Amino acid sequence: MTPSDLHELSAAQAVAAIAAGSLSARELFESYRSRAAADRAAGEQGLNCFTWVASECPERGADAPDAHAGAPLRGVPLAVKDLFCTEGVPSQSGSRILEGYRPPYTASVVARLADAGTSLLAKTNQDEFAMGSSNENSAFGVVRNPWDRARVPGGSSGGSAAAVAAGLAPWALGTDTGGSIRQPAALCGIVGLKPTYGAVSRYGMIAFASSLDQAGPLTRDVTDAALLLAHMVGHDPCDATSLAFPGPIEPPTAERLDGVRLGVPDELTGEGIQAGVLAGFHAALARAQELGAQVREVSLPHAPHALSAYYVLAPAEASSNLARYDGVRYGLRAGDPAHPEDLLHMYTRTRHDGFGAEVKRRIMLGTYALSSGYYDAYYGRAQRARTKIAEDFAAAFEDVHFILTPTTPSVAFKLGEKTGEPLAMYLNDYCTVPMSLAGIPAISIPCGLADGLPVGLQLAGPAFSENRLLAAAYALEQSLGFQGARARV
Amino acid sequence: MLHVARLARLELAEDEIEPMARELSAVLEHVAKIAELDLDDVPPTSHVVASSLEGVVSGALRADEPRPCLARDLALAQAPAVRDGGFLVPSPQA
Repeated sequence: MTPSDLHELSAAQAVAAIAAGSLSARELFESYRSRAAADRAAGEQGLNCFTWVASECPERGADAPDAHAGAPLRGVPLAVKDLFCTEGVPSQSGSRILEGYRPPYTASVVARLADAGTSLLAKTNQDEFAMGSSNENSAFGVVRNPWDRARVPGGSSGGSAAAVAAGLAPWALGTDTGGSIRQPAALCGIVGLKPTYGAVSRYGMIAFASSLDQAGPLTRDVTDAALLLAHMVGHDPCDATSLAFPGPIEPPTAERLDGVRLGVPDELTGEGIQAGVLAGFHAALARAQELGAQVREVSLPHAPHALSAYYVLAPAEASSNLARYDGVRYGLRAGDPAHPEDLLHMYTRTRHDGFGAEVKRRIMLGTYALSSGYYDAYYGRAQRARTKIAEDFAAAFEDVHFILTPTTPSVAFKLGEKTGEPLAMYLNDYCTVPMSLAGIPAISIPCGLADGLPVGLQLAGPAFSENRLLAAAYALEQSLGFQGARARV
Repeated sequence: MLHVARLARLELAEDEIEPMARELSAVLEHVAKIAELDLDDVPPTSHVVASSLEGVVSGALRADEPRPCLARDLALAQAPAVRDGGFLVPSPQA
């Protein structure tokens, strides 16, 4: 195998080749490192996927590819979204207010994956504090879609998705609050999985909305998603909301969908979805039926209200979480620290200079929703609506095994197309937010092209149904034979 | 607007105020649609998964035992200003 072929291997293939001794972990790391470093050096002339790239192959310690001789993911490089804390390595959550911040500890899920044998390759660009659906809100520049550089990669895990799609990383970690793994995966033609809320520890993830944030894999195929997820899940004493996953995550092998009942909710598959996206979606449904699945209509009557509830809950939690950026303990302090003004002005100036426009908008929205006299009308009502949305899913899962929708209402849109209209941008999350509010797992797989751009198919299942979900996604993936899920650069 | 900005400890420049007000109004108008729902007898969600899995989550809180924590020099290492082993801030009275 020549060095230029190494990035054609899926992560699972690389794991097997390293274990068999036919591939050097060091060579693999260096191959990706040089590709990632070239993109980083090109800045916005490249895809701008990364905010940091390892300067050399780690020689020793947990990150050395030769370490952990018996580790299950030994020697496979991992790209990690900027918002995961990585000890001594910049972790800035795409924000000017955390520029240059190097945390004193590593996020539990990243540490867990290092113990499993992965090596930290790079940190990936993202929308600031994960607020965005296009990766245009990063303080470190926009990310471009490898399918068409004039278009967005989606967000907020846009750097992770673009890097995997372009073969600049074998796989990547992202986070999903209202669609931030699934939506960029769909727009870049790769696989993205949002696990059950609580399945993966949030300890060391720079928080956006704590009742929704969840880490998950962005990968070239479903097999890699299962492999990475298998080493992410589990209870963590450092995150009281994390839950023990019932049993191991298994490699998916299903070829058929006989006896599987798939539900299609009218509320998320009609109005507002691009014709090309709907065509790809219906072709995937037909393929599922050929594989033996039954397709039937289901109703999620409260799903049309999900976006409204989400844009109260997420900003409210964000306004509280982001209160910590005050110029005292870390990050930016506005003005000259040697000649400080009074304390209140230091706070307000620091936050004015450090936060971008979208983050300010959500802090304002959330502060208003939580302010005295408005809490019940906004946050309280939204949490009640959330209960109804979760009940809708529970009722639907009495009848069907999975719910299928398009992942996004449109294919990748042009850079700048929606930046002037926050509400239009928020509508990108229309099909992904309901699952986030219900806390249930959902995966996006590429199911074809519309106008030459990838279309994502979303499958959602009940809490902790990841193994069944991955199996169904795998059967569909094998049958659909999407040919775009390989390096685009 | 300015009251909320004060609560959020956020300075807004003159030219940020009008666009912010317009954008927030549009979003608030959209989220107001949940007022159409009858939610009076519906309990609010707390832990979205745990509440549906009775008995799965018990004793999620770890024991409250003293343990070593971040060393002082590490905790201070990223601070913009430090003096005498503490975070240095401007006087609240200034």
